[in-house]
Amino acid sequence: MIDITKKFGDVVANNHISLTIHKGEVHALLGENGAGKTTLMNVLYGLYRPTTGTIRINGKAVSIRSPNVAISNGIGMVHQHFMLVEPFSVTENIILGNEPTRAGGIVDMVSAEADVMRLSQEYGLSVDPKALIEDLSVGSQQRVEILKTLYRGAEILIFDEPTAVLTPQEIQELVTIIKNLTAAGKSVIIITHKLKEIKQIADFCTIIRRGEHIDTVEVDKVSEEELASMMVGRQVSFKVDKPEQQAGAAVLEIKNLRVVDKRGIAAVNGLNLQLKKGEILGIAGVDGNGQTELIEALTGLARVQAGSIQVNGQELANQTPGTIRTNHKVGHIPEDRQKRGLVFEFDVAENLILSSYNTSRFSTFFILLRAAIYSNAEKLIKLFDIRPANAKITAKSLSGGNQQKMIIAREVSSNPDILIAAQPTRGLDVGAIEYVHQTLVEQRNRGKAVLLISFELDEIMNVSDRIAVIYEGRIVGEIKAKEADEQQLGRLMAGCSL
Amino acid sequence: MKKVFFSLKEAVINGAAGLTIFSILLGFIVGAVVLLLAGFNPIEAYGAIIRGIFSKPKYMSYVVIYSTPLIMTGLSVAFALRTGLFNIGAEGQFIVGSLTAAMVGYFVHLPMMLHVPLCILSAMAVSAAWGGIAGFIKARHGVHEVISTIMLNWIALYLLNWAVTIQSFGQRGTGKSHMIQQTARIDLFGQWKITPEGIDFIRSHKILGDILKSPVNTGIIFALVFAFLVWFILNRTTLGYELRAVGFNPHTAECSGINVNRSIITSMSIAGALAGAAGGLQVLGVSYRVAKLAAMEGYGFDGIAVSLIGNNTGPGSVFAGFLFGGLKYGGSKIQDAVGAPTEVINIVVGTIILFIAMPKLIQLLLRRGGRWK
Ligand SMILES: Nc1ncnc2c1ncn2[C@@H]1O[C@H](COP(=O)(O)OP(=O)(O)OP(=O)(O)O)[C@@H](O)[C@H]1O
Ligand SMILES: [Mg+2]
Repeated sequence: MIDITKKFGDVVANNHISLTIHKGEVHALLGENGAGKTTLMNVLYGLYRPTTGTIRINGKAVSIRSPNVAISNGIGMVHQHFMLVEPFSVTENIILGNEPTRAGGIVDMVSAEADVMRLSQEYGLSVDPKALIEDLSVGSQQRVEILKTLYRGAEILIFDEPTAVLTPQEIQELVTIIKNLTAAGKSVIIITHKLKEIKQIADFCTIIRRGEHIDTVEVDKVSEEELASMMVGRQVSFKVDKPEQQAGAAVLEIKNLRVVDKRGIAAVNGLNLQLKKGEILGIAGVDGNGQTELIEALTGLARVQAGSIQVNGQELANQTPGTIRTNHKVGHIPEDRQKRGLVFEFDVAENLILSSYNTSRFSTFFILLRAAIYSNAEKLIKLFDIRPANAKITAKSLSGGNQQKMIIAREVSSNPDILIAAQPTRGLDVGAIEYVHQTLVEQRNRGKAVLLISFELDEIMNVSDRIAVIYEGRIVGEIKAKEADEQQLGRLMAGCSL
Repeated sequence: MKKVFFSLKEAVINGAAGLTIFSILLGFIVGAVVLLLAGFNPIEAYGAIIRGIFSKPKYMSYVVIYSTPLIMTGLSVAFALRTGLFNIGAEGQFIVGSLTAAMVGYFVHLPMMLHVPLCILSAMAVSAAWGGIAGFIKARHGVHEVISTIMLNWIALYLLNWAVTIQSFGQRGTGKSHMIQQTARIDLFGQWKITPEGIDFIRSHKILGDILKSPVNTGIIFALVFAFLVWFILNRTTLGYELRAVGFNPHTAECSGINVNRSIITSMSIAGALAGAAGGLQVLGVSYRVAKLAAMEGYGFDGIAVSLIGNNTGPGSVFAGFLFGGLKYGGSKIQDAVGAPTEVINIVVGTIILFIAMPKLIQLLLRRGGRWK
């Protein structure tokens, strides 16, 4: 890619960026939220047309007008949000748009399945070709996406934040897969905010800051700290500053909670938990052990089958999400930001008042106070460094990380007594993570309670005061964060007792 | 200058207004092709439409009268669509509203200043309930509003046909109801027009007299006020904020504490009230009564077209309502003028909607077009 520039109106997302990928290498893209990484890759994959610049593949200039052109040039992309047809089987999804047919236009499922099996064995991508997508875990769905690109003959594979949605175990599997791919001569471009992963798998790393190419470095020759400061343009601290503080009285008291999941299985089963004022309680656990159902029960999104949830002594089980937010002052940073956290078509200012539009700050007698709404947005944009700093653009045109910052800004600024933060730093750059962690700690310092649910053990151990481990819908152990070590937590998360 | 032109082009390519204008143009081009194929001269035919609209003040006045109910049903469909609901039921809500207005207008005796508002408000209230039923069974039982409102349309039609057979309300044997009281009418100078002075005035004043030859009424003023209210409610109130949030992303709305089910019922009720007002205004201003229907009149269905052409906004519905009303009235004249079938107008409207529904295609065409230059 040579001298690529891409503008959206006045916003310059990519400013004369050049990028060279060699055969068989893993090339990481690193940059702050909104730096222009996704945009650059979308240009390569034919989703956006560059404003200026050229792309050469094997020395030949190509004009990539659409993803189809990209695919026929051997470029495949695994998006952060998967593009799979849920009720279809794995094989059907993989061959979609490229179906092998027998005479008479009948899809040849037998040979298709054989092809899928062959590919999956070749690269160590274990999936069941007959399984339905909707029954698969996130990690398996991602493997299907990878198989789809390989089936179409991809030589260059682009991954946009592939590890953001994976559990630590799944990340290790992905690392192995990527190694297999490059061993077979494929090239991989990977976008990630996790410096550890870059060190582990990438050969080269290109750093982008505010749309500009900063440097391309050999990963072996730099440290994580150097990478971080190149990307942000300043020193980043990985440790969270946290003054000692005595936790206060209990605000949230969960007793014998039972919640069933979509399939009718008790995902939370006899869970007991207590959250105190002025503390951050981290919930550690492997994905699928009831975290989602616990959050949904606490926020009124799922029915509580049995047990009680009390906030300041008042029962909260099976109340509406609205009552829980306004009367019980429970804030919620949802796990799935695009589904539940924002309205794509609303502008940033409108998104920032979603949980407080009907308070006296933003409306009188049902009339919205636009001046207050927009000045609130200006304030939060500055405070949380949402880029670009424009209250009037739609949430859709923000980068993934900036969407997340917007949601956090909204929830924290509504000043809840209890803040439920589910995967709050997913997709954020190290600088933004630092800021979000500080914000959570500030909430705690002001005597508020924070429930932090995260798959990142580092995050849980760094930020929390106390850690509760969830396993099969129950809390199986509680440890003070200071005394916790990774091995011990890992054993608890796997269901072994202390 | 070049920059201005460029940004203009960008706006046309990316913006909703540009898309609409371009689709309208394409609609007329396709209509012209159809006319050509059928052996008519499209320039003459379109000329007849334009003359049929603009050549006499009376014609323009008719266009306004034709447009009024279309603007109103357009607003109804647009309002529901902003909450993500497809109100096919504007047709039935229109019927129920007109029936209510005709009944209140005939049975109740009141001074005009009270009678007119009472007729409109009761039409709106009953139609709000009619639309609200669809909202309720969607919220409560998950029945899709398209299915329930289609059924409610037929119920409304037969309800009307039965009502005009009621002894005290219908004129025996005619299939028509009695005329509403003078105090319930919103026509302008209707009584005065048939006095000797009125006739004199119409004869002696060229322009005003000509306008008065059409059944002029104040319905359009109501329609413009309602269009403003729709815009205001949707964009400036907490209610509109909630409804739009639900329409764009019900999951986020729910998670933020908005009552999604209540929003669905509210939105369908308001949509119903708007279509009901359309029916009411039509009775108070134009027909003065209701009559047995052999088939749907199509005001509600046309409202869908108006809403889509108007990009589902208040001001957009006014614009599209006038466009549609003009085409409907002016288009009725090409039969006499050039012998071409009036149905060509339906083809034009249909094509416009087809293209509006395909923004991606239009954008592609425009981009390609840009490169040819
Ligand atoms: N469709 C769009 N319309 C307008 N602006 C856009 C659009 N897509 C991206 N942008 C802007 O371009 C810039 C780069 O966005 P991009 O999504 O490439 O960032 P990113 O590096 O992937 O960030 P993140 O790490 O948060 O995902 C941002 O300022 C963003 O707001
Ligand atoms: Mg991105």
